[in-house]
Amino acid sequence: MNLFSGTIPMMRKEFLHLRRDQGTVIFALLIPVVQLIIFGFALNMNVRQIPTIVYDQSPSQRSRELIERFRATDTFALLGHVTSDEELYREIRQGHAQVALKIPADYADRVLEGRGATVQLLVDGSDSTVSGAALNVFSSLILLENQRLSNAGKSIVEARPAVLFNPATRSPNFFVPGLVAVLVQIMVILLVALSVVRERERGTLDQLTVTPVQPLGVMVGKMIPYVALGFLEICWVLLIMRVVFAVPINGSLATLLIIAVPFLVASSGIGLLISTKAQSQAEAFQMSFGTMLPSIFLSGYIFPINNMPLQFQYVSKIIPTTYYIDVTRGVILRGASLSELWVNGAVLSLMALVTVALAARQFQRQLS
Amino acid sequence: MPVIETQDLTIRFGDFTAVDQVSLSIERGEVFGLLGPNGSGKTTIIKALCGLVRIASGSARLLDLDVRQHAAEVRQRIGYMSQRFGLYEDLTVRENIEFYSGVYGLSAERYARRFAEVVALTTITPYLDRRAGQLSGGWKQRLALACAIIHSPEVVFLDEPTAGIDPVARRALWDLVFLLSGQGVTFLVTTHYMDEAERCGRVGYLYNSKLVALGTVDELKRLPAANPPGTARFEITCPNVMEVLAAIRLLPYVHEATIFGQSIHALADVSATAALAAAVNVTPRLIEPSLEDVFVTLTNQIRNAA
Repeated sequence: MNLFSGTIPMMRKEFLHLRRDQGTVIFALLIPVVQLIIFGFALNMNVRQIPTIVYDQSPSQRSRELIERFRATDTFALLGHVTSDEELYREIRQGHAQVALKIPADYADRVLEGRGATVQLLVDGSDSTVSGAALNVFSSLILLENQRLSNAGKSIVEARPAVLFNPATRSPNFFVPGLVAVLVQIMVILLVALSVVRERERGTLDQLTVTPVQPLGVMVGKMIPYVALGFLEICWVLLIMRVVFAVPINGSLATLLIIAVPFLVASSGIGLLISTKAQSQAEAFQMSFGTMLPSIFLSGYIFPINNMPLQFQYVSKIIPTTYYIDVTRGVILRGASLSELWVNGAVLSLMALVTVALAARQFQRQLS
Repeated sequence: MPVIETQDLTIRFGDFTAVDQVSLSIERGEVFGLLGPNGSGKTTIIKALCGLVRIASGSARLLDLDVRQHAAEVRQRIGYMSQRFGLYEDLTVRENIEFYSGVYGLSAERYARRFAEVVALTTITPYLDRRAGQLSGGWKQRLALACAIIHSPEVVFLDEPTAGIDPVARRALWDLVFLLSGQGVTFLVTTHYMDEAERCGRVGYLYNSKLVALGTVDELKRLPAANPPGTARFEITCPNVMEVLAAIRLLPYVHEATIFGQSIHALADVSATAALAAAVNVTPRLIEPSLEDVFVTLTNQIRNAA
């Protein structure tokens, strides 16, 4: 008995459905463009132009120099001066400013006398990204100012940081490679789950059970067109990334595309598993979207996995997107090769096997 | 050798016995009808014969193959059409037939020959490039039949094939069924329509998972159980059937009474013919029981016994 009996006719039929249902194909290719525009242009993790106010308690040559240093950075945008603590706190509370620089009255005297002047930076902590960036930039500004003011003009230890891969730390370079994986996983899961559940709703699945086709044949035949569509979508998103966002692909495109196959199969395997549980298309829709949040927030797409509590790190390890994001960032940004990323490919292949096998077994059980 | 043979076939879903010791033997070319209320086990028997449900005890053989051991081979040699048809509405008629041909693994030559045959048989040629979803119920049903027989099955199961189909299309389907049965195809048909049951060569009546009657339509109409000694069936035609029905149901010598259109069919004691005539104010006409009368009588007897 051929376990894959029915694969070819199922696959051809499913391609026909896709050809008839051009809305789905357009949806699959258009949604990434919208998402890319949102994530690539609108969202920026690099903190720039934090609204800043200054409370200079005794304006002097020295304090003006310091304020000038602030103005020169891209991080702070000086809104103006306040003249009292009360006014300072009000501005921050009302959200007009997120950072306030407070220079005490004795600043200039202490600097001149070399007595150790203090400068205070008050930061609104309600946005941790902004406050973190503000504190960092503030510390290095003060470090530089110290250097400049110290008579030697030379410090003992000099910091020379260098950012490897994505040297300009541009956000699209970080987001877009991850977005490829997130988008494709959601689309493939949803389309596969819907296509099986639709057949169950319409009774054509019942009809197939009385024919010689085998569960694996049905599932593999259903998967192939959506894996192909997912593949097309990956190529499409990479093209937009390269052309519109000018993100260079430092590694080999072949590595990206080879590991895409087990990733796409694993995603459609999840879609198949959902289809064995969902009774209606609405249910399949909900369950597919249920997989969306973890694959966005726990896959390392936005938030670093290492910062998560341990139990969430375990969850992230069973999400295919986690592994493929690692691959896209590795290849596109770090120029990693297949020999460095093969573990991801192996894990994804294992996930593909397990999900499809589980779905086929579940499917077989429902028949009898 | 029978084409379909079950012996004491019993199927259980948990504590519920869906099919209880049903024995059937159906010969090649027969058109066999399975009747019974919803949930009486008709569809479950078909599923068992397709190897889709676990058989608790007894046996089911199809084309001399045990369906439990040879499910795949059995499915290659049967056709199945249900009231839901199993068509892909966004595909054309041609594409639907082609898909099922692929499912049954037909070679290109065999497909070309069979395609021509089923298209000619169902006269669906003018609609070949139309989407299945745009066909009327009758044409959908013909397309479903074309798909179900593309692989020249020896046995075809029709599970309520005419539910929701207009009378002309129903008749056309039955013509096709008899044409194919003349060529040696065996049909097992489930239906709720008595006129369809009367077309079947033999009929089995299922009630509460048990086969309670089996035979040709004439045999069933002459069943002693359906015609208790000393009783006869009368047709009473009168203008106010509802009132008369209510009234005669109370009479001790009337065992059963049901409305048939503008008249009442009643099972009553022969000795009370005159009394009945007096009670209803018209002369009751003596009639043969219809198939429905037989099933109603059988059902009532089982209910009363329980």
